[in-house]
Amino acid sequence: MAFAAFGSQTKPASSKPTKTGKVVIALLAPGLAYLGAFFLTPLFALIMVSLEVPDPAGGYAEYVPGFEIANYGYVISEYLPHILRSFGYALMATVLALLISYPLAYFIGVKARPWPLLQKLMLTLVIAPFFISFLLRTLAWKQLFSNESWIVTTLHAFSLLPPDQYVVGTPFMVVFGLTYNFIPFMTLPLYTSLERLDIRYLEAGADLYASPAKVFRKVTLPLSMPGIISGTLLTFIPIAGDYVNASGDFLGSSETAMIGNVIEANYLQINDYPSASALSVLLMGVILVLVSVYVRKSGTEDLL
Amino acid sequence: MRFSLGKLALPVYSVIAFVYLLIPIAYTFAFSFNDSIKTNLIWRGFTLDKWANVCQREGVCEAFGNSVLIGVISTVFATALGTMIAIALVRYRFRFRSSINLLLFLPMATPEVVLGAGLASQFFNLGVQKGTATIIIAHIMFCLSFVVVTVKARVASLDPALEEAGRDLYANPSQVFWKITFPLLMPGIAAAALLSFALSFDDFIITNFNAGADMTFPRYVYTAAARGVPAEANVIGSAVFLLAILIVLATQINGEIKRRRLAKTH
Repeated sequence: MAFAAFGSQTKPASSKPTKTGKVVIALLAPGLAYLGAFFLTPLFALIMVSLEVPDPAGGYAEYVPGFEIANYGYVISEYLPHILRSFGYALMATVLALLISYPLAYFIGVKARPWPLLQKLMLTLVIAPFFISFLLRTLAWKQLFSNESWIVTTLHAFSLLPPDQYVVGTPFMVVFGLTYNFIPFMTLPLYTSLERLDIRYLEAGADLYASPAKVFRKVTLPLSMPGIISGTLLTFIPIAGDYVNASGDFLGSSETAMIGNVIEANYLQINDYPSASALSVLLMGVILVLVSVYVRKSGTEDLL
Repeated sequence: MRFSLGKLALPVYSVIAFVYLLIPIAYTFAFSFNDSIKTNLIWRGFTLDKWANVCQREGVCEAFGNSVLIGVISTVFATALGTMIAIALVRYRFRFRSSINLLLFLPMATPEVVLGAGLASQFFNLGVQKGTATIIIAHIMFCLSFVVVTVKARVASLDPALEEAGRDLYANPSQVFWKITFPLLMPGIAAAALLSFALSFDDFIITNFNAGADMTFPRYVYTAAARGVPAEANVIGSAVFLLAILIVLATQINGEIKRRRLAKTH
């Protein structure tokens, strides 16, 4: 399964180098040049734009190159609530996704081993949400929790929700949507890790009189750590930058706006490019810190 | 009693988890049959009308067609470039290997808003008009790394002895590649291409930053969300879902049949 490769740790090839030099360059150059032109240089473009100043002679939304570090101070003071909210939501949704995914991945990867066909079928079900439009499935949750839905009416009827309160537009709904949408990104790397778990280790633990809880804590959990780390990265990062779930037209409201919503509004609606770029650079900075922690722990070979 | 309950807990939990994962899909599918007028919020009765006349709704099929076109072109380029990198990474040892791994990982780790805003800034600086071409450039970029990951796993599982046998039989390097390596890599390349198309087809955030006035299916849904998405969008979404599931199941059943046949002959 293609998605199972997310968390894969391909062993370094055992085959000896047969030819080197020209062949390697010919194979690598086109793709790497492409990433250089359309991934790396845009990041530099982003840094340049984030330092631009309004054109003194120009009109609305016209900027000239500058070195305005103060742009960063401005976006941090102006959008601090959004920044904190993004990382808060991302943290909550990542933890929830981990808690929901772990037992599922354990069942598919360890318990279902005697039935490989069932394993494959369940993996297909895990990635099934990917096959329907991200926006449509988010809108489906919005409708299911809409003010007139039976879920909300029931909650009102049993006074579990105050009569003047609804679900759509609340932080709960946004975190719910984020968790749902990114669960497959957590389940697949966990599955890849747990699928390789040698059951004999668990039996050895039990033979040495460890309780099931202790076996889990001392054996299963440490052995599935690579999956937990890559799953956490693969969910936390896209969630922190997401702006669809928190958008007012989807599950959120103006009170749930995240960094992504601010970047989108500044870039595509108000045309305040320097602010949007400064926020993007800040977001990228946090992500780079996270990735470098990961690299220091596991090396670059496990990244892909 | 306690023992058997504990044994049941995990399967029961998994069933609940799958139901949870599938609820929005079932909802989208069900509401593609809704006899709705403009918006598609309340159930008004069953109809096949929206499936039969999906293109009657202005803009839906145009957006869908554009998404397919973008997906196909991006997939072809991303798969070719990514497969070459994957072969180089597994088959050859060279310097700067870890830097290259990092460069390939970063686009997957970068939030989509950052990728989108970065490319948009670059196009703006260069004075490039945004449209279908800029969307394709963006899609090739973010699909590339996913292709490398997928194909790399397949290259790593390839037995080098098969290629050696080819060389021993005096095949030249290009014959070895096209007659042995490439056919053996095909399942991995096909999986990568499917993944790449799925990523491109469903991408909204990066596309939105680099689309200009051009529509794609996700952009159509996003714009329509403010007023209410018509049932025709559910039809497209459901049809794509069914097609994708059929392809995946067919591949798996085909693989299983091959595996059983091999098991019999050996």
